[in-house]
Amino acid sequence: MAIAPARDPLTNRPRIYEGSRIPERVPTILEVDPVLREEGDILEINFGPNHPSTHGVLRLIIQLNGERVVGLEAVIGYLHTGFEKNMEAKTYWKAITYAPRMDYVAYQANEYVFVAAIEKLLQMEIPPKATWMRTLMLELNRLHSHLVWLGTGALELGAVSMFWYCFRERDAILDLFEMVGGARMHTRYFQAGGLAEDIPIGFYEECQRFCDTMPARIDEYEGMLDGQAIFLERTKGVGLLSAADAVALGQSGPVLRASGVDWDIRRSEPYLAYDDVDFDVPVEADGDVYARYRVRMREMRESVRIVQQCLDGMPEGPWIADERKVVLPPRHELHTSMESLIHHFKLVTEGYRVPEGEVYVPIESPRGELGCYLVSDGGPRPWRVRFRTPSYVVLQAAPTAMSNALIADLIAIVASLDNVMGEADR
Amino acid sequence: MTRYADAPGFVEEREALGEVTVVVERESLRGAAEWFRDEQGFNFLADLSTADYLGWGAKGVAGYWGSPPPSPQTRDWTPPARDLNAPGSWGLQKLPEPKPKRFSVSYHLLALGPDPRRLRLQVWCDDGEPVPSVIRVWPAADFFEREAWDMMGIAIDGHPYLKRILMDDDWEGHPQRKDYPLGGEPVRFSDED
Repeated sequence: MAIAPARDPLTNRPRIYEGSRIPERVPTILEVDPVLREEGDILEINFGPNHPSTHGVLRLIIQLNGERVVGLEAVIGYLHTGFEKNMEAKTYWKAITYAPRMDYVAYQANEYVFVAAIEKLLQMEIPPKATWMRTLMLELNRLHSHLVWLGTGALELGAVSMFWYCFRERDAILDLFEMVGGARMHTRYFQAGGLAEDIPIGFYEECQRFCDTMPARIDEYEGMLDGQAIFLERTKGVGLLSAADAVALGQSGPVLRASGVDWDIRRSEPYLAYDDVDFDVPVEADGDVYARYRVRMREMRESVRIVQQCLDGMPEGPWIADERKVVLPPRHELHTSMESLIHHFKLVTEGYRVPEGEVYVPIESPRGELGCYLVSDGGPRPWRVRFRTPSYVVLQAAPTAMSNALIADLIAIVASLDNVMGEADR
Repeated sequence: MTRYADAPGFVEEREALGEVTVVVERESLRGAAEWFRDEQGFNFLADLSTADYLGWGAKGVAGYWGSPPPSPQTRDWTPPARDLNAPGSWGLQKLPEPKPKRFSVSYHLLALGPDPRRLRLQVWCDDGEPVPSVIRVWPAADFFEREAWDMMGIAIDGHPYLKRILMDDDWEGHPQRKDYPLGGEPVRFSDED
């Protein structure tokens, strides 16, 4: 009689590995076994903070036994800029500019989560056009983030040409961002109440052209990597993270889905127009670097699908709520309307007041659960802003995923976690 | 209507803007955390947020001069506001609800599964009062608790490796506190050293 393989209750799939690999004493520090420390020839090396493979300024203190990683500690904070503290001193609409600068790859997700928190406290209704356009922008941004990840991640494994291919499409996305927001990055296109500007003429055509070409481009990327023996050798079975460990360590997004957990905030707690668009949540069961690569590649295809649906279903109408106590009045009214001028002056100098309360708003950013905890005392400046950033949390999983890995695989594992240090250190 | 009244150390439960907040006693946080994980299925610690309420509501009400309080406990009282020499008062429209203690520590929990629910588990503490670590309940609390210590100076009790995470190891003060000035850090390697 065959014994059924042990299945994970969380995913209903065979377990990636038995038990837990989370380090015993401190969950985020891999400590060298004392026996090994006495007997073995342990070499301690310092990796980073200034190293092209660390995606910013991540420092890893690594203990090696031969080529095996037996000890690891992540040291962060080199890019700490005090965003949360600074935002407490700004009025809300000035603080919006801070949020996207934390994650300079998935900036619109960060911008949206802060705006969404403000709108939740204000209990504002957003016009449908703004809702759909935000969904479109967030998905373009997801594509942008995954393209940067794919390009740099493959580059680190020696696939240099991937970088150029990915940045070609990234540039097309940045052109679209420039078209709507005037800036290629940190567009600040989302305003409390809707969008900062109407969708420009010609955007739909340009975006449609992008949607038409992008699936073929993704085929191209997969053609270049999926059939490449070196890439497969270096990613399959490397950097394992089981579903139970991923949940215990607070992982989310592609890293969690690559461990077999079917979880996506866009589907489980829909926001914006995600309830009205049709998309699949890609899940892979292997929990290795290759599974994370597969999840992100499949997510890119889903994002193109969502962008296409947003283009097709984009409603007409106003792009920002008509709420004069929060939203700047139309420019042309300032010359003729006294009230508009007063509102404009008050909003710019004093800012709008947000009712007292505390909220936590989670969204699915390209990296996982991005949360914004916002406390207001009823004044025009946030009392406390805190971001739950996926890049920060994903580093907690590094020692678990890297235990007993080869030093050469370390680069692949760091890349597969897709951390942006600006967001981790804030 | 309290769903979680059986939680160890339960103080109060409130719902606002669709979010449920459960406040528990600081001393019984560890037991409450285990209760929420094991009995209620909150297997995922999404976030640990801290807030410093020093000076909460001290800006007073904007717009007119108030009178001194009849007694320190009086709530329906308007403190003096709007200095005539500094027009454009930054005061509030009404006084916010007073907070029980200086710091709040909020654990944003998620029941990750077919029936997803979110919950905010909250404890309150004053400066120097230790908050028990929940690292053994949710290992994800590790970085969060180190950050709570680093940024807010919340003494986490029972964390195996409580050291600064975002600031330098030898940094003085806790930058997210309200009494920590913005831009007040000393300039290193300047001529004045």
